[in-house]
Formats: sequence, structure tokens, C-alpha cells
Amino acid sequence: MKQEYDIVVVGAGPAGSMAARFAAEQGVSVLVLEKDRDVGYPVRCGEAISKEGVAEFITPDEKWITARISKFAMIAPDGTEAVIELPGEGYILERRIFDYELAKSAAAAGAEYITRAYVNGLIIEDDTVKGVKYQFRGADKEVRAKIVIAADGVESRVGRWAGLKTHIDFRDMECCTQATVSGVKLNTDTCYFYFGENVAPSGYFWVFPKGEGIANVGLGVSGAIGKKRSAQSFLNTFMEQHYPNASVLTCIAGGVPCSPTLDKITGKGIMLVGDAARQVNPLSGGGIASGMIGGKLAGITAGEAIKKGNLNHIHEYEKRWHDRLGRRHETFNRIKEGIYNFKDEKFNAIAHSFNKVPYEKRSLGNLFTTALINQPSLLIDVAKVFLVK
Amino acid sequence: MSEIQYRQAKNGKLLIEILPDKCDFCGCCVGVCPEDAIELKEAEIYIIDPRCTNCAKCIWSCPIEVIKLNKNGVPVK
Repeated sequence: MKQEYDIVVVGAGPAGSMAARFAAEQGVSVLVLEKDRDVGYPVRCGEAISKEGVAEFITPDEKWITARISKFAMIAPDGTEAVIELPGEGYILERRIFDYELAKSAAAAGAEYITRAYVNGLIIEDDTVKGVKYQFRGADKEVRAKIVIAADGVESRVGRWAGLKTHIDFRDMECCTQATVSGVKLNTDTCYFYFGENVAPSGYFWVFPKGEGIANVGLGVSGAIGKKRSAQSFLNTFMEQHYPNASVLTCIAGGVPCSPTLDKITGKGIMLVGDAARQVNPLSGGGIASGMIGGKLAGITAGEAIKKGNLNHIHEYEKRWHDRLGRRHETFNRIKEGIYNFKDEKFNAIAHSFNKVPYEKRSLGNLFTTALINQPSLLIDVAKVFLVK
Repeated sequence: MSEIQYRQAKNGKLLIEILPDKCDFCGCCVGVCPEDAIELKEAEIYIIDPRCTNCAKCIWSCPIEVIKLNKNGVPVK
């Protein structure tokens, strides 16, 4: 390894690896530092993504697709199930393999990786980030870089050290826990979403099939709910009610920052991508595809900046992100805030009225329209998302 | 008998305690900490005492109840 790189990326999740790949493809030198021993593990994710979200980055491969999704089921608090055929295909991933494949693609493009490299500070000179400090096998080390890309996820400390306001309001943090269980009966082509005060207030509970008899079962609740009752407690209750005899193969915790993108995702010598930049879709909590898009845009822009010899060019990334997804996420966030405080009766009413729509005419768009029929101010936002595109 | 020594936060006794044996090292608490007062490595977590203000946001955000409020203060081990 070298003492100095054009670009150092902190974090080897999907956003970090895509930033690394799209930068390295332009012939600039890239180093990725990953805190954990393995890229892709431990997984902290429900693992659902749309086919189009994947296809922009990697050819779909059976070795990391555990289930192909064609239906969305909303389960209201009273048990009413409203099922919709999705317009496109979705996947439930095996993230520990998927992330690894993304890293391989970045390495093939020329990016270097080091795992078990714990970044604990920045090199800052003249108010500009010039590299990172890290620990590796017990030794303190430093590596210089013209640009540091922070893909350090929900912790998002690297941006803070650079003076960006990356701290997450606890009310925006969806605090999640998930069990991967075996021995459950469900349709392997359907993603199930449970709503209600007793299952996941202010969030939702998911059951995503991961092949025959296996599912990711989990939920997220805002830190504002966590103040009174933890995600773990909700998961325990759900498991007792629905899957008392299932074997738990994996049990994980994790956080999803559900807010619009940060105001500033670049600074002097630094760019933020993925969860660290708040690039999660704040309505769904999905962040794999949007994180990869953020990483790609950052990687391209960083590579261009190095080649031009103009580091101010990195600020162009903010505009590119907002044009591609950032503004759309602001709309999603307004919808999220609209449905955040729905009471159980409302979810029940939505499911009942939605089930009166003939099956072939159902869509996610008209589910939301039904959901928001009593919230006229939000209908404009919904129209923006589903009609205008 | 020597007197019990307590860990000191920014504004008095440290009242927040992370139970590392129960922790999944997921990072929720780190993300919501307004003071950047939590260090999280691959499988190691601890509070940076002089930065902590006992605000408890980490407790509310922990999905699996690993962080506790210890009203008597956290003794030095």
C-alpha cells in the first residue's frame, strides 16, 4: 500500500464500494478502509431492494438473490391483509455475499481494500481534510488523501470530525432489530408489512421471505418510541404471537436514519455518501439502492476533481445528488410525516377500502392515495411521486 | 474500606452505562450522540466519559436495551 492516495473511502458497504469503484474506474488511486473483519458482515439490513435498484450496478446473480418478490402485502392492525402486485420485480438479498461482490467489482476496477482498519480521526490542515488516522492490528497509522469519502454509515462520525453536522436527531433514528428465522410458512414472492400501535408505532414491521421457510422478521421504531418501549420488546411480542416455534438463525440490531439528505454533504476535502449523508429513502427506510447511487455520484465527481486538479469540483456532487434523488426524498419525507401518526383505526380503514378496489387495479400509488384521502395537503406530494415521476 | 470511585461525565457523575456483553455493536447510539461521546470498534464499545452529558438519547435509541441509566453513578472498575 501507498502512503498517499487520491481518494480514501471510509466504510465498505454498498455506498463506499460504489464510490470506490466509480472513482477507480477513472484511473485515480483509491483506498477503502473497513472497520470490520469482513466486507458484508455483520449484516444490518432487511435486505429488500428493487431489481432496477440493483441492475444499475451489478448483474443480478442467483448467489445473492434469496427470493424474488412480486407482491406487497399490507397487514392492518385488525389483521386485514391488502395485497398488491408490484409493477417491477424485487429481490431479497444475501447482503453478506452482495456487499462482497460489490467490493470485488471495486477492487477489480483498481481500488485497494484493508479490513479491520478502524478510522479514529482525520488529518486536517488549513481547515481542509487531508487524510485519515486509523488503527490496524494494534498500531496507529495515517494515510493521506486529496479527498476523503465518508461512507461510515449510521455512526457518521467522520463527517462530524470534518465539521459537518451529521449528528442524527434521535426522533429520526429508526431503531431496528431483526431475526432471520427458519420454519415459517409464507409466500416466497410476497413482502409483508405490518402496521399498528402494537406492532411498530411510527414505523412498520416487516416479514421478508428469504427462500422456502426462511424469513427476515423485524421492525423499526423511532427513538421517540424507543424512549418508552424498545424494538426488541416489540419483536419478542410478534415472535411469540406469530412464530413461537421458529428457529432463530440470526439476530441483529441496527439503525436507519430516516430524514431528508443533510444540507451539506461535501466540505473541504470531504464527501459524505450513503447512511452517513442520510441518503436513505425516508419513507421506506430502504437505503441500499440510494446509497449506491450516492456512492456512484460521489465517486464519479471525486475522480473528475482529481483529474481536473480542481478539488472545488467535489461540491458539484451535492447538485447531482439532489437532482437525482435528494429532492424526491424530501417529498417522501413529507409523506412519512403525514402517515407517522396514523392511528390503528385509520390503517384498518385503509385496508378495508383498498380491498374494495378490484385486484387487477390495485397499485402502490392508489394504496397511498387511499391512505391519504383524509390528508389533502399530502395528496399533492403523493401525486408528485406516483404521477409526475 | 476505601470509598467508591465514580466515573466522571462532563457535568458530574457519569450515569450512563453500556453493557458490552449484551451489545450488538450496531451504532444507533453513536449516530444519535450529540457529543460524539461513544467509541465503537468492531466488537468493543465504551463511553468517552469527559464528553458525556448524561442526555440519555443513546438509551432511547438502543434497539435492544443494552444501555442503562444508573442513577447512583457508574463506579470505576
